[in-house]
Amino acid sequence: MSIKGKAEELLAGIRQLSGEPFKIMEVCGSHTVAIAKSGIRELLPESVQLVSGPGCPVCVTDNSDIDRFLSLAQTPGVIVATFGDMLRVPGSKTSLQAVRAEGADVRVVYSTLDALEISRQNPDKEVVFLGVGFETTIPTVAVSVEIAEREHLSNYSILSMHKLVPPVLELLVTDPEVGLDGFINPGHVCSVLGTAPFEFIAGKYQKPSVVAGFEALDILEAIWMLLRQRQEKRAAVEIQYSRVVKPEGSPKAAEYISRYFEPVDAVWRGIGRVPQSGLRLKAQYRLFDAEMKFDLPKPKSVNTPGCLCGEILKGRRHPFNCRLFGKACTPLQPVGPCMVSSEGSCAAYYRYSQRRGMSAV
Amino acid sequence: MCLAIPAKVINIVEHSAEVDLMGNSRQVNIDLVADILKPGDYVLVHAGFALERLDESTAQETLALLEEVAAKGEY
Repeated sequence: MSIKGKAEELLAGIRQLSGEPFKIMEVCGSHTVAIAKSGIRELLPESVQLVSGPGCPVCVTDNSDIDRFLSLAQTPGVIVATFGDMLRVPGSKTSLQAVRAEGADVRVVYSTLDALEISRQNPDKEVVFLGVGFETTIPTVAVSVEIAEREHLSNYSILSMHKLVPPVLELLVTDPEVGLDGFINPGHVCSVLGTAPFEFIAGKYQKPSVVAGFEALDILEAIWMLLRQRQEKRAAVEIQYSRVVKPEGSPKAAEYISRYFEPVDAVWRGIGRVPQSGLRLKAQYRLFDAEMKFDLPKPKSVNTPGCLCGEILKGRRHPFNCRLFGKACTPLQPVGPCMVSSEGSCAAYYRYSQRRGMSAV
Repeated sequence: MCLAIPAKVINIVEHSAEVDLMGNSRQVNIDLVADILKPGDYVLVHAGFALERLDESTAQETLALLEEVAAKGEY
């Protein structure tokens, strides 16, 4: 069957099961992009609502953390290695891109392996990798520490601003203002963790959730599976993305996380402090911990006036509700982080609503 | 940021593998994969690392879907 035929079949199934209002959060930024790109939201019956969640690691990095790594980038003798998404994220005053223009040595890398190579080639410099990401990316950072230890790369360290998905979901599932009925769980986070850390959504809160892939058809099927759970009056974690996600995940990758890191409370931009939702390197790896190596400032979180990023990350508001959207805040001149990362809700809606000629603002 | 794609293993040397990633040759680290890999296996690749070994049929299914989407521009 063609993609179009299959999509029509799934949409018919969704319409049949729609009925009473049903609010679904797509947790992952890559899902948000796929939904915005394919126009799924406009195809759904009015009673089935999709809201975006906090699943863009760049967007949820608090500006106090951004200010800390900006001060690191401005330290003489330090090379900062980062995924490209972080370059234009505004801190309280400036961004990595701006400090780079002023002479800071900031290198964009595709992988922690590239950051290690920069360390090998610059033994007289300190190389710090900015650890931003969820459970999919964290094991790759853990391996880089293992390699640095094996090769005695004493000039390599990481600044861990990593975040964990299940603790923030627990916060959102209980938020009465958001009022969610079901979740589309992040596919590749689950490819590492498996489904066990997401069981609480069904077990403790009796809400359905489905682990979905990233094509339009995957998302439509996941929505249909969520509605089917409601119809059958049950709640479970189901896997739609079975071609990649196994119920047990990838135990070796997950084990790397717990071997190198331990949970700490973390501040999420716009959401605030979430207990045990961040990670720091364990004490025995302090030689590779930028927190220990450098005297980093402890700036306060600052809110950007008018920016709705925080409310958007919690699913309470839509990008189109923000007065800055498409006017003061665009991908070229972003005010908030949701407009910076290509996976941010605002950037996704800006790009694809423009392309379809929809009225974005 | 969490995107990952299937790739076919071409060659393995110690901690890394040369893979065919949608027609491009890349080196990826394989330390996170529990299974012993051999040429012809499929792995899921994220940020320069293989995260897990995939069954060939499921990898082919994903690649076929990605190719169909790319060919038809239906998305």
